[in-house]
Amino acid sequence: MNNVHNKKRANKSLPFFFKDEFKVFFVIIFFSTILLISTFTFDKVPPILNRGIQPATFPKGLLVLIMFLTTTIYYLSFKNPWKKEKKLPKPFFLTILSFILFVIISKTLDFFLAISVLSIFVSYNWGEKRVFYLLLVGILFPLVVFIFFEMILGLRFPPGIITNLYYY
Amino acid sequence: MMAPLFSSKLLIVLLFGTLFGLILGVLPGLGPTTGGALILPFTMTLDPLSAIVLLTSIYCAGTYGGAITAVLINTPGTPAAAATCLDGYPLAQKGEAGRALGMATVSSTVGGIFSVIVLVFFAPVLAKLAYEFGQPEYFALAIFGLTMLASIGEGSPIKNLIAGAFGILISTIGKDFMTSIDRFTYGINELSVGIGFIPVVVGLFAISEMLTQSTLLDQVFKRVALKAVKLPSLDDYKKTWKTILRSSGIGSFIGVLPAEGGTVASLIGYSEAKRFSKEPEEFGKGSIEGIAGAEAANNAATGGAMVPTLALGIPGSATTAVILTGLIIHGVRPGPDLFREQPDFLYGIFGAMLIANVLFFIFGFFGAKLFARITLVPNKILWPMIFAVSVCGTYSLSQSIIDVWIMLFFGVLGFFMRRFGFSVVPVIIGLILGELVEGTLRQSLVIFDGNWLMFLTRPIALTFFILSFIALAFPLLRSKKQKK
Repeated sequence: MNNVHNKKRANKSLPFFFKDEFKVFFVIIFFSTILLISTFTFDKVPPILNRGIQPATFPKGLLVLIMFLTTTIYYLSFKNPWKKEKKLPKPFFLTILSFILFVIISKTLDFFLAISVLSIFVSYNWGEKRVFYLLLVGILFPLVVFIFFEMILGLRFPPGIITNLYYY
Repeated sequence: MMAPLFSSKLLIVLLFGTLFGLILGVLPGLGPTTGGALILPFTMTLDPLSAIVLLTSIYCAGTYGGAITAVLINTPGTPAAAATCLDGYPLAQKGEAGRALGMATVSSTVGGIFSVIVLVFFAPVLAKLAYEFGQPEYFALAIFGLTMLASIGEGSPIKNLIAGAFGILISTIGKDFMTSIDRFTYGINELSVGIGFIPVVVGLFAISEMLTQSTLLDQVFKRVALKAVKLPSLDDYKKTWKTILRSSGIGSFIGVLPAEGGTVASLIGYSEAKRFSKEPEEFGKGSIEGIAGAEAANNAATGGAMVPTLALGIPGSATTAVILTGLIIHGVRPGPDLFREQPDFLYGIFGAMLIANVLFFIFGFFGAKLFARITLVPNKILWPMIFAVSVCGTYSLSQSIIDVWIMLFFGVLGFFMRRFGFSVVPVIIGLILGELVEGTLRQSLVIFDGNWLMFLTRPIALTFFILSFIALAFPLLRSKKQKK
C-alpha cells in the first residue's frame, strides 16, 4: 500500500507534460485530430444516392467520442493519478529495433532472412549465447515453418535472395 | 448430437486441439485467443466442421490449461486463471499441489460440461428470438455488447470504451461497404480492402506479449514439485459441490454477456465462493473452495460465450471472436438461419465441446506433470519461435506483407495500451462488431428516414438501449458504493 502511495506521489511531483496521463492524452488527441481532419477529405455521396448518412459521418462521430472519453480520463486523473510505470529495460528497445530490422530486411532482401535475423537477434539479446540454440531458433525452426507452410498450405512466400533459391 | 463426431478425422482434430489448447494454456502469455488466431490459417486445409471443432477444443482446453501454471508457478497461464493463483499456489506450497490440481481439473470439467448444456438449450432459444430482430435491434444489441465490455470488463470502464471505439474505428478503414468510397486509405491500395482481423489479433496478443516478456527477463519462476494429480476426496466434494454448481451458473451467465468471458467469470466465481463459504478466512491461504469457485466459473464461461456467437453472430469473448472469424472464413454465417439450415454442424460443435471437456480432464489428470514441464522452455527460445509462426500465419491468409507490418504495428500499440491500463480485448470485439454497428445504424436511418428518435419506437431496441444505459451507469454506482 505504501509503495502505491510512494509511486503516486512520485508521479505527482513531475511536471504535467512528463506524466503518463498527459502523454497518453496528448498522443490520443493528436492522432484523433489528424484522423478527424482527414475525414473531411473523404469523398461525399451526392444527395440523390446517399442512403442514411455520409461515409465520413460515422468515423467522425467515433473520433469525437474517443476525444471526449480521453479528455474525461485525463480530467479524472487529476483526482486519481496513475501509478508510475517502471522504466523500460534495454531488451525491450532491442526487440523494437529487431522489428525495424525485420521490416527493412523483409522489404529489401528476403522474408525468411528477416525472420532468421530477428530470431537470432532477439534470442541473443534475451540472453541465449549458445550457438546451437541460436542456430536452432534462427535457422532450423524457420526452415521447418517454411517447409510446413509451403507443403501443407501451398503458400508462396514473397521472392527474395534466399526464397528464390528454393523457387527457381 | 455426437453423430457427426464419430469420424476418425474429427476425433484426431479434437485430440490435437485439446492437446494444443493445453500447451497454449500452460504457457504464460499465450492462451486460446492467440493460439486460435495462430492456427486459423492452418484450418484452411480442413472442412468447416473440423476447423471449428479444432478452434473450440483449443478454447476449452486452453482455458483449463492456465490452472496448471497458476497452481505450480503462481503465474496464470491465461488471464482467466488469475483467481486460481490466489489459493492454488498457497495450497501447492503446503505440499498439496496434486490436490489443488485435482480440484481445478474436476471443477473445470464440471463447469465446462454445465456450460455446454446451457449452450445446447439456450442458444436455439436466443436464435429463435433473433428472428424478431431487424436492423435497429441489431444496432442496439451491438451497442449493448460494447457497453457491457466497458461495464464488466477488466480495468477502467472509460478506457475500455475508448478501446472499443478504437476497434470500431479500425473497421472503418478501407472502402465504405455501402458507397465504395475510400476511408483512411491514404492512397495505399492494400488498405482499400480494410484491415484484417488476424493481423490485429496476433499483433495485440502475441507480439505485444513478446514485448512484455522482453521487460520480464530477470523474472525467476519457482516451480512447486508435483508428484501426481489427485482426485478430490469425499470431504473435498462435500465442501465444494455447491460452490462448483454456483460458479458454473455464474460462469455460464457471464459468458453469455459480451465481455472478457472467463477472466471476469473466474473473479466473480471466486468472490462469490468466498462470500458463501463457511471458512472465508481460509481464502488466499490455500482454500479448496477458492480453486473450485474460480475454475468452475472460467470454464463455464466457454459454453456461455458461444451462445451469442452462434445465435447472433456477436462474440461473447476475444476467443469466440476468433472462432466467429473462423466461421466466416469457412463460409458459415452465424445467426438464426444457422440453427434452421445446418443443425448437424451445430450439434457437431456442441458435441466437440463436450468431448473436449472430457479429454482435458483425462489429459490434465494424467499429464499435468508433463505439461508443467513445458514452462521450462526458456523465453529466449520460445518467443522467437512464436514470432516466426506469427509472421508466417499472418502472411498466409491474404499473402500480403502489409499484413505482417500491420501485425507488428498492433504489437507495439498493444504493448503500450496494456502498459497504460487499456485492455486489448475491447479492440478485438470493436473490430469484429464494427461493420455490424455501422451497417445496422445506417440501414436503420434509411428505414427511419433519418429520424434518430424512431429507435425509441422499437421495443426490443429500446430495451437494449436501457440495458446499455444501466451497463454504463453500473461502474459509476459501484465506485460510489465502494467510496462509501
